[in-house]
Amino acid sequence: MGIVNALRRLSPDSRNTLVAVLTGLVAAYIAYGIWDFKATAVLGFMVRYSTPLALAAMCGILCERSGVVNIGIEGQMLVGAFVAFFGATWAGIVFGVVAGVVVGALLGAFLAVCAVSWRINQIIAGTVINILAAGVTSFFYRQGRTMKGSMPTWEIPLLKDIPLLGKVFFQNQPLTYLTFAIVIVLQVMLFRTPWGLRTRAVGEHPSAADTVGVNVSLYRYGNVAAGGALAGLAGALLSVEATGTFERGMTSGRGFLALAIMIMGRWRPSLAWAAALFFGLLNGLVNQLNFERVIDVPPQFIGMLPDVLTIVVLATFAGRVRAPAASGQPYTKE
Amino acid sequence: MVSDRIDHDAAAGGTAELLLEARGITKRFPGVVANADVSLQLHRGEILALLGENGAGKSTLVKMLFGLYRPDEGEIRIKGEPVTLRSPKDAISRGIGMVHQHFQLVPVMTVAENVVLGAEPCRGRFIDQRRAAAEVRKLSERYGLAVDPAATVEDLPVGTQQRVEIIKALFRGAEILILDEPTAVLTPQETDELLQIMRELAARGVGIIFITHKLREVMAVADRVEVLRGGRVVGSAVPSRTDEAGLASMMVGRTVVLRVDKTPAQPGAVMLRVRALQVDDDRHQRAVRGLDLEVRAGEIVGVAGVQGNGQRELVEAICGMRPIRSGTVEVDGRDTTSMNAKAVNGLGVAHIPEDREKHGLVGSYTIADDLVLNRFDEEPFARHGLRDFTAIDKQAEQLVQRFDVRTPSIHTETNALSGGNKQKVIVARELSYDAKLVVAAQPTRGVDVGSIEFIHRQLVAERDRGAAVLVVSAELDEILGLSDRVAVMSEGRIVAMLPIEEADRDRIGLLMAGGA
Ligand SMILES: Nc1ncnc2c1ncn2[C@@H]1O[C@H](COP(=O)(O)OP(=O)(O)OP(=O)(O)O)[C@@H](O)[C@H]1O
Ligand SMILES: [Mg+2]
Repeated sequence: MGIVNALRRLSPDSRNTLVAVLTGLVAAYIAYGIWDFKATAVLGFMVRYSTPLALAAMCGILCERSGVVNIGIEGQMLVGAFVAFFGATWAGIVFGVVAGVVVGALLGAFLAVCAVSWRINQIIAGTVINILAAGVTSFFYRQGRTMKGSMPTWEIPLLKDIPLLGKVFFQNQPLTYLTFAIVIVLQVMLFRTPWGLRTRAVGEHPSAADTVGVNVSLYRYGNVAAGGALAGLAGALLSVEATGTFERGMTSGRGFLALAIMIMGRWRPSLAWAAALFFGLLNGLVNQLNFERVIDVPPQFIGMLPDVLTIVVLATFAGRVRAPAASGQPYTKE
Repeated sequence: MVSDRIDHDAAAGGTAELLLEARGITKRFPGVVANADVSLQLHRGEILALLGENGAGKSTLVKMLFGLYRPDEGEIRIKGEPVTLRSPKDAISRGIGMVHQHFQLVPVMTVAENVVLGAEPCRGRFIDQRRAAAEVRKLSERYGLAVDPAATVEDLPVGTQQRVEIIKALFRGAEILILDEPTAVLTPQETDELLQIMRELAARGVGIIFITHKLREVMAVADRVEVLRGGRVVGSAVPSRTDEAGLASMMVGRTVVLRVDKTPAQPGAVMLRVRALQVDDDRHQRAVRGLDLEVRAGEIVGVAGVQGNGQRELVEAICGMRPIRSGTVEVDGRDTTSMNAKAVNGLGVAHIPEDREKHGLVGSYTIADDLVLNRFDEEPFARHGLRDFTAIDKQAEQLVQRFDVRTPSIHTETNALSGGNKQKVIVARELSYDAKLVVAAQPTRGVDVGSIEFIHRQLVAERDRGAAVLVVSAELDEILGLSDRVAVMSEGRIVAMLPIEEADRDRIGLLMAGGA
């Protein structure tokens, strides 16, 4: 009875999330009961695939919630991956990751300068970042380097022993845990703190925020730079943590997929994470089926998945969900 | 009431604390002196009305008091202390609050969130939602500002949103409240409620500066009136010692005829025929539900009704700005049901839209361009695909002159005009091309009494020229003064069509409320 009442009091959003999570868990455990090894493999893939996407989507959320469209996530990630990897080959993985994050933040700041101070069209500014990133990282790319050290896997005591979930969520590498934390912290900050309220106000109705003394430009600069840092981190995660290497164009559209995930997650960190996990699961399933030769899809098609999914999601969701009202619009004082 | 006013008179006489004082304020814009040596005083518990023609400088003055503009000369004192207001933030911190004409509320957030934004009560690092709601409730009870702190702002009617703005100001400790044409967007019912709230606020010591063009409101609440003309204070008055006509002539510098003189209508052929019309509003709810209406050439039909009963959707459907779910619209015998706005306009349908900033003007264009906005590609304004600036300028000079648009030049950006002058630009444009059908929604919103008189005469002239005129207005007086027939609209239908002789206030009021 008490539980039913508690459920009733939840917002429709939280209720749907709860229902989705519970359903997912039940399905996962049933699958685990039948094919334990394969279920673990698929879910493990899900987490690995979704983490950089979730992180990049957080970048999108930070930017758009404060009113700046960041279409340059792809480029910021790519540069982040590049700098992090070569930083790691030169001075170790910690240095590499930090360098990736810093460069990501700088690219974020560049976007902020373009969008906030110079009022350049934000799509164009983002595209400039993408083009620059692709060019610069290919040009300076050197083959045959190896990182000094590699990311350890940390097992969380006790939690790691939970069947299935323990292996999937609690035996991961540091940046993956960091991503989990970032999503949760961002969700709470965005909806519970003064900073979050102001950020959202700046993205919805900047002049309303301005008249009550919220510094619109400052909030936009801060959030877009922080977003860039997250995109850089997502790149670092991809190169230093997930693959241990860097390849030309290795982000392969993930930055755009992250934007689709942000839309599907309705600009909410936790929902976006769920959307990212969902994509991860889809990919995991396809991979597994392919691996077992149940279906036989050439790898090129698997490689296309992010782009195809982006298109599908945008076609279904965009237009039906509501973006922050001032997103993409420069703000001019009265 | 009367004894009340006498009290306030005494207060204004000098016993009450001086809250705000402006001394010799001057503000210049390119080509105009918006304020010239303006001085005024506001005391605790006083309601000061600012009156003046469109472009007299009222908004400019209060924007300076709220830190949105900086005066070129002069001094602002708050409680005797000279201050420099660099931004609204400065003004707020010194106890000044302002309710803008365009609400500064975040539509997707709750009332409580909007109120506390920028000054959030916290518990640790987190916003204390409960305290925020409690603060809103406290203020709303103290001043009779009924509003639910948990409601989302975009779901609230305009009048309630305005209350949220007032609560927002009070929450920030405002003792001085500035209201710039707050009643322009309100229904008569909401207006009465606002006036009541203003009295309550004043009784509790808030000083209020109130801008309006409606003299009735001034008479009802103001303790004192300052009249501006051409940027200067040209007089002050105490409402209890004057009347509406007196105020009007002080504003305009001549006597104003508040009644429209017109001969009986000579209705001709049917120009607009609407049959079984069904239209949805922005939220996909049915707003117009099977409406029938005919307007003939040479008559004015006024649509009376409480706002939000489908009037806006009806107008937009007629003008081709909103998809029609079912039913038909015919203009001069042509079926326009599925035409777009440009095509309908091309048939000779003039439209004075309700939302002037959104649908009437391009603010960053010059006045001359805005005056030919829907004719720019036609003779004589364009020849062989090129715009003819001589013709455009000539047209602009003429219209600006005829409609008394107060502007330094026809090449000024329309954004720089005062609210009422923007409205005049639209009216001038729409009445400039001998339309067959004139659809006028709130044609005199934000316009001063002198110009109302003028616009009304122009609408009657359109009728006498042989145009069909459809007027939608929230002002019953406007409907009664202009119309030859009155259509009463309720819940998406025309519930009664009365010849003007049979249209009396009480009967219409009853019909509007859905009574028989
Ligand atoms: N931002 C601006 N730039 C240039 N001129 C301006 C600007 N704001 C106002 N003006 C001019 O200053 C004068 C006063 O305008 P203001 O808006 O104060 O009039 P108002 O009394 O509020 O009129 P209304 O009753 O129509 O609202 C007008 O001539 C207007 O054109
Ligand atoms: Mg004004």
